[in-house]
Amino acid sequence: MDLPTLWFALAVTCWVLFFVLEGFDFGVGVLAGALGRDDHERGAGVTTIGPVWDGNEVWLVAAVGVTFAAFPDWYAALMSGLYLPFVLILLALAARGVALEFRSKGGTARWRGVCDAVLAGSSLLVAALWGAVLGVLATGLALGADGEVVGSGLGRSVAPLVSTPALLGAALGLGVALVQGATFLGLRTTGPLRARARVAALGALVPVAVLVAVVAPLGLVAVGVPAVLVAARREVLAFAATSVAVAGGVVAVLAAHLPVVLPSTLDPAFSLTVAGAAASPGALRLITIAAVLVLPGVVAYQAFSYWVFRRRVASERVAT
Amino acid sequence: MTALELSRLQFAVVTVYHYLFVPLSISLATLTALLQTFAYRSKDPRWQRLTLVAGKLLMITFAVGIVTGLVQEFQFGLSWSDFARFYGDVFGPTLAIEGMLAFFLEATFLGLWWFGADRLRPALHLATIWIVAVGTLISAYVILAANAFMQNPVAYTLDPVTGRARLGDFTDLLTNQVVLAAFPHTIAGAFLGGGALLLAIGGFRRWRSAGGDVTGQWRLLVRVGAWTTLVSGTAVALTGDLLGKVMTSVQPMKMAAAEALYATQAGAPFSLFAVGAPGDKEPFFSLDVPWLLSFLATGDPTATVQGIDDLQAQYVAQFGPGDYVPVVPMAYWSFRFMIGFGVVATIVAAWVLWRMRRGRDLSPGESGLFALVDRWLLRGLWVVPVLPALAATAGWLFTETARQPWLVFGLFRTADGVSPGLTPVEIVASLAGFAAVYGLLAVVWVRLVLRVARTASDEPDEPAAAVEPDRPLVPSY
Ligand code: HDD
Ligand code: HEM
Ligand code: HEM
Repeated sequence: MDLPTLWFALAVTCWVLFFVLEGFDFGVGVLAGALGRDDHERGAGVTTIGPVWDGNEVWLVAAVGVTFAAFPDWYAALMSGLYLPFVLILLALAARGVALEFRSKGGTARWRGVCDAVLAGSSLLVAALWGAVLGVLATGLALGADGEVVGSGLGRSVAPLVSTPALLGAALGLGVALVQGATFLGLRTTGPLRARARVAALGALVPVAVLVAVVAPLGLVAVGVPAVLVAARREVLAFAATSVAVAGGVVAVLAAHLPVVLPSTLDPAFSLTVAGAAASPGALRLITIAAVLVLPGVVAYQAFSYWVFRRRVASERVAT
Repeated sequence: MTALELSRLQFAVVTVYHYLFVPLSISLATLTALLQTFAYRSKDPRWQRLTLVAGKLLMITFAVGIVTGLVQEFQFGLSWSDFARFYGDVFGPTLAIEGMLAFFLEATFLGLWWFGADRLRPALHLATIWIVAVGTLISAYVILAANAFMQNPVAYTLDPVTGRARLGDFTDLLTNQVVLAAFPHTIAGAFLGGGALLLAIGGFRRWRSAGGDVTGQWRLLVRVGAWTTLVSGTAVALTGDLLGKVMTSVQPMKMAAAEALYATQAGAPFSLFAVGAPGDKEPFFSLDVPWLLSFLATGDPTATVQGIDDLQAQYVAQFGPGDYVPVVPMAYWSFRFMIGFGVVATIVAAWVLWRMRRGRDLSPGESGLFALVDRWLLRGLWVVPVLPALAATAGWLFTETARQPWLVFGLFRTADGVSPGLTPVEIVASLAGFAAVYGLLAVVWVRLVLRVARTASDEPDEPAAAVEPDRPLVPSY
């Protein structure tokens, strides 16, 4: 494998880790508010992701950084081409991050209520927007000869968002995040939240199955397996199965057009390829060394952090 | 406005905003780690309470730093895609390495620290906050190295076909003389901010507890804050002097603009302030310190400092026709504001320490001029943490605007970097979005900090954390 291909694989790996890990905490963000009946239960839901969401989000930082480092042209075309969608994602992520962190620092139940609402709304928006972006990537962008999306006014970068693939992607993104969030909550809580999470997971799997049947009928297997596992109360396996399904979906989208990484819908000649968009061999060698030295450690201490917080969160009220 | 002007405005707003919080994260992480180390060794509940105060401020600030930092990482693709294409080979790896090496550390271990008090052994718990502190320093270094490339490009070659920068030796990039000087200066400036914040919160406690509080908690806060401010204020001046010399050698135009020095001069004076626009060649009035500029720029009071006119002619010969003079009043005033605000904060800290020497109270019942100053000071202490933030903002405005018209000095112009496809309405829309969300964030941040200040010494003693990893987690959010 040559270096650009290797780095394509590694960049996809970072994106996959981001979508799998943040996917469930987007889902929990929506469901903590929706499934928690009161302040205490909502707090329990949020606690399941409290210590780890930021570490998960750094996979986005890493994915974007690696994409920039290994494929500057891909990064440049994607970001400037989907300018407003990405700005929206960033604004929603900003609201989400502070709602999570500030929730416990304001003191009053009313404040926590506000944070829960912001968290649920922004998580929902972010999940849908990322789904839409993936939908767009599956078909390509209107790239011109200079690698920039052509068009004028607001429509230039908003139009891709209201296309059919984007809308399907948005619905699917939201549905999948809910499934992931629900299976994660089922795995990490005790009491009423755990029971409701199971029902929510089954409920969210239904629309997801319908959408998958429309988009890629073969993918129904990936929906069926988690459904059976959730129904059978195999929580660990159910969460593993949804994670694998998400990973498969992301890989399928990003690698669909290889060796093209970003197809142009105007003229195939304008499409960006792995080789054409890659950075210089020197830069690729440097990040290879860095990744080999650093990433195993990252995975190890992130695993340690999950292990430290491995106990379930009690969602029933314990007498104190 | 054109897409270029709007993009510049947006970049300035969003980046300056990120940098309002980042210095506090950097200094509070290290200060929290130090305080917890004292608490760990002495088992003194006062240090434990102080650790909690600093730690809460850290958590609140970090959250804002994270979400605004994420925007930073996307920005180069969003509005500066041609810059990303040109510079991606150098900047991309730097950013990726920063993420892998520093951000993962910070994010993961901050979570472990905040939630892990009752699940980790005390020594391990202490280690987690130190790891966070080291992470913040690494990320500051790496991003400053990336910025140093734009001030003084090193370790690159130009691709003969595409004309883009190609990464050379990474260690050369990391040892750019600009980052070697800018890193200590930036870190010193960061501690000035963190110190001033603790000082102000301590003063706020003193002011609130009119009769002096029994636990003496405020005293400790004020002293930790004031010492930090005083030491870092001194360090920021010393390192700034060093940075100034480096800057003069790599970007003489910047120093000339900072002084509004049009004609090349030997034994050049330093202008403390000027009346009339320093952009005009002759200010109406300028208070000068003889020889100081020559000394600041080179270390020799009689040395020759190049003026704007000569440099302009020299650059035209070197780079072709064009205007190579940055906005002079901007450079002149931002440089002075940076220094001035920092000096004032440092003086306040020195005053407070002197008044509190040997167990004395701040603002005692006595009358007299000094006591009057004390009383006004206590009331106005909240201004003190604002000063380092203004100083740092001015410093960055100076650094980045006085480099214009270059984005990468001598190599790549700002006008060539903007995303070619971007339309002005898109930027107006995004700028409005950032302004709204960031404005709201600032308000909430201030309110949460005030809440920490109000409850600073009323915190109950933390129960001696028993390590019980097998107990189910109790919701702590
Ligand atoms: C709290 C903040 C603070 C304070 C009190 C000072 N500075 Fe500063 N300064 C910064 C915060 C800062 C900064 C924001 O951190 C900058 C922007 C870029 C950089 O590397 O540091 C900076 C840049 C900067 C530069 C420009 C470097 C360049 O463009 O390459 C010079 C020459 C100085 N400083 C010199 C000084 C001197 C002589 C000071 C005097 C006492 C001083 N600074 C106080
Ligand atoms: C690695 C770090 C940085 C990089 C790569 C970077 C890059 C850039 C870019 C692309 C622009 C826009 C073009 C321009 O107007 O010149 C810019 C301008 C600017 N940057 Fe930086 N920047 C960095 C750090 C910072 C920081 C930390 C601050 C302040 C807190 C800052 C403040 C500014 C300001 C105020 C401008 C506007 C200058 C103008 O438009 O005249 N920069 N920088
Ligand atoms: C313009 C260039 C910059 C970019 C692209 C950038 C990028 C980022 C990103 C992506 C994060 C979030 C990391 C996370 O999710 O945990 C972040 C936070 C941080 N940045 Fe920046 N940054 C820039 C400027 C700076 C500067 C100039 C400094 C310091 C001198 C700095 C220091 C930090 C630190 C210490 C953090 C972590 C602490 C916090 O969140 O407040 N950054 N930055």
